[in-house]
Amino acid sequence: MADRIVVDPITRIEGHLRIEAKVENGVITDAWSSSTMFRGIEKILRGRDPRDAWYITQRFCGVCTTVHSIASIRAVENAVGMKVPFNAEMIRNVIMGMQYVQDHMVHFYHLHALDWVDIVSALSADPAKTAALQQSISDWKYSSEDYFKGVQDRLAAFAKTGRLGPFGNAYWGHPAYKLPPEANLMAASHYLQALEVQKEIIKVHAILGSKNPHPQTFLTGGMSIPCDPNSQNAINADKIAMIMECNKLAREFVEKVYVPDIIAVAPFYLDWASIGKTSGNYLCYGEFPDGREGYPNNLWLPAGIIKNGDLSTVHPVDQTKITEDVVHSWYEDTGPLHPWQGETERKYTGPKPPYEYLDVEQKYSFVKSPRYEDEPMEVGPLARMLVAYASGQKEVQDAVNYVLTTLGVGPEVLFSTLGRTAARAVETLVVSQKMEEWLMALAANIGSGDYAIQDNSKWEPETWPVQAQGYGWHEAPRGALGHWIVIQNKEIKNYQAVVPTTWNAAPRDDKGVRSPYEEALIGTPIADPEKPLEILRTIHSYDPCLACAVHVYDDKNELKSKVQIL
Amino acid sequence: MGLREKLELLGVSRRDFLKFCTAVSATLALPPALAPKVAEALEDDNRPAVIWLEFQSCSGDSESLLRSGRPKAADLVLDVISLDYAEVLMAAAGHQAEQAKHDSMEKNKGKYVLIVEGSIPVDDDGVYCCIAGDTAENQLKKAAAGAAMVIAVGNCASFGGIPAAYPNPTGAKGVADLVKGVPVVNLPGCPMNCDNLTALIVHYLIFGTLPALDNQLRPKFAHGKRIHDNCERRGHFDAGQYVEKWGDEGHRQGWCLYKMGCKGPQTWHNCPTIRWNDGVSWPVMAGHGCVGCSEPGFIDTMSPFYRRLPEVPGFGVESSATSVGLKLVGVATAFFAVHGVVSIIRNRGTVKRVEEEYYEKDEKK
Repeated sequence: MADRIVVDPITRIEGHLRIEAKVENGVITDAWSSSTMFRGIEKILRGRDPRDAWYITQRFCGVCTTVHSIASIRAVENAVGMKVPFNAEMIRNVIMGMQYVQDHMVHFYHLHALDWVDIVSALSADPAKTAALQQSISDWKYSSEDYFKGVQDRLAAFAKTGRLGPFGNAYWGHPAYKLPPEANLMAASHYLQALEVQKEIIKVHAILGSKNPHPQTFLTGGMSIPCDPNSQNAINADKIAMIMECNKLAREFVEKVYVPDIIAVAPFYLDWASIGKTSGNYLCYGEFPDGREGYPNNLWLPAGIIKNGDLSTVHPVDQTKITEDVVHSWYEDTGPLHPWQGETERKYTGPKPPYEYLDVEQKYSFVKSPRYEDEPMEVGPLARMLVAYASGQKEVQDAVNYVLTTLGVGPEVLFSTLGRTAARAVETLVVSQKMEEWLMALAANIGSGDYAIQDNSKWEPETWPVQAQGYGWHEAPRGALGHWIVIQNKEIKNYQAVVPTTWNAAPRDDKGVRSPYEEALIGTPIADPEKPLEILRTIHSYDPCLACAVHVYDDKNELKSKVQIL
Repeated sequence: MGLREKLELLGVSRRDFLKFCTAVSATLALPPALAPKVAEALEDDNRPAVIWLEFQSCSGDSESLLRSGRPKAADLVLDVISLDYAEVLMAAAGHQAEQAKHDSMEKNKGKYVLIVEGSIPVDDDGVYCCIAGDTAENQLKKAAAGAAMVIAVGNCASFGGIPAAYPNPTGAKGVADLVKGVPVVNLPGCPMNCDNLTALIVHYLIFGTLPALDNQLRPKFAHGKRIHDNCERRGHFDAGQYVEKWGDEGHRQGWCLYKMGCKGPQTWHNCPTIRWNDGVSWPVMAGHGCVGCSEPGFIDTMSPFYRRLPEVPGFGVESSATSVGLKLVGVATAFFAVHGVVSIIRNRGTVKRVEEEYYEKDEKK
């Protein structure tokens, strides 16, 4: 099988992903996406206290480190009818908002940028011209010739050691890199700056959540960080001021660096606006409760479905239309099933390691294939922005139109690898501008004398019905996330999660229809099969999170799930 | 060019550099006078090659690395270590990445530091975690064979963590269960606190040896005391002032979280002293109890998280701080073994094993 190339591990992602692709005449004609690790966390959850589930499911992923907590506490709250106080709702919004901004920033600069930026080329840049370029795109403070000379000297000194560490043996000099040296030097500087900025702004999670990664103040029914303007041990004016400083830095970096970088770099890569298309189906659950009614009312980013790239109609989401298929997944065959009726038995039938190729005609991944009305769906920032854009969400429409107009292109370019990357930047912009509002709403509510953070009436499991079931949705940075829970006698009887990367990274379904990663790779040019940089571009544009995607496991004959949406 | 010169290029003054070295010395519990020696060790262009392998992980420890504040993440990765393989950060992918790892392991044989994140599944010939077509167990054993030492970061790599929790569906194990003949250091925590990793690396650079370890192979500078011993709310525990409900007066005033399930009395970790994210906060400070993430058998031995620990002498009594404090230090581990975690959680094989293997041994010692 000489024409099939294998990229394993796909690096600069969360988790273990393997891509196999068939290349003919310099173009990908078929592709297979496989996840090669699983842990069985849903199985581990059974029999435990439902109030602990947020902590355990949080460990699905340490990159999008808040998202499973949110989905999990919402699932329990939905099951036993807890009412989350307004303070807790706003604290969650601020935490989720900063998760978007920090996660997207790290994704763009540290996980994705090196697909477009040739660091080695930066060594031959003229720092004066780089300074001019920087000054032409925004009034960001680090823009002097001396500054860029300093960064270039640092990179040169590093390169001189001959020990390139994480930058070693990469694709430098690859013909698919199109940026001039000056732009590469500017981007390399931003890589280093973003490393520092992300660490600073995520302190919001430490202030409200005790630490990051894995903040630890979530509670079913609220939050455990107290509010009291007259205490030094609670959210007070000082802590709000600290958060404001982080928000300010985040917003400044996004407005003056991240978005201008996208606009400056995109013109060199406009061919990628027609590469990486999928079937045009996009799913979004909606996020950020923006009023006093609480989740899931008044969502700032609306829920909806776009079909076949048609932005004229936004369809409502009906969860009964979701099924999961395991024809190509390492589980016992069951046919397509509703997630809350799923019967999943692990059954590894892949090659015995070490192996060279997977048998892609058979089962080839630990990820299942979710479908909506039997169709694959793409989820993530692009799905959210398209649904919001088509729904008439004003902030999103303005931001999308600004980027499109500046680049002189139409909305059709969004359905692509470049579109996915640009949509993430647009989303970071609108969220970074919105966070202040949620923080101020929190401050005003505390100021009114309301310090409630938790629905204590339902905290003790003794107050719950013997049997309860519910679901929790969250738009994670990587897309639509759902947790389903069945509670019996105060314990978890069953737990299921369908996560963003499951939608995107899935193998084919029973009809042989490709899921988004596989579909998006078709038609991608490959200049050098030995250095498949182009595969990384499209796969990274999704921001894969594989540990999230693979977590389903149940013992033989044990799972007879009967979850029903309330 | 040494680190010092590189930092000068970036406008980092000698004074700032020494301040950093003093901070590192503090984490290591070294006398401040040793700061110049720390500086000297860092100034040599003698960056240790580091291979970072990820197995059954959530990448939380890799993310923790990116939150490094002393040194800053960029300086750590560029100047302090040569991070030759790390899936989350490295530019190369696929066989180029594997080649980079292979080259570094050959070139630095016997000298490189191997860092492992995530547990290693051994059931069914290890098929539950494969990278580049080979199992985690094979990858680990190959890489460990030529390493100077192995650092297991996070609870999963240290003790099996969440994947190894009951019923351990994939046969997940920690590094020390599988690697023999090479020194192993555990830096548990969920995730590990990066300040402890950088302190460990700096210790290695300065002294050329490993720091003193406890019987769980954890550095004593980070795991030599219980959370409870250094807790900022200890006074409230001793005075019998407890949070009763989330958001009540006691919760808002920073009282003790013992009744809300805090596992601080059973957890050996330096969270209260070094905190997280450049010292901004840590769980108890933010109003949530410790869940014991640095201990073997976590989560089985520590859950349910919101169920209080079995009776601790002095608990709930307005007695003097000293008497309760003294009693507690002596008995915290003993009550764990005697009253037992078994009474607070479902009786499971794993728990019994953990108790017998770790805690009773610990107590006898």
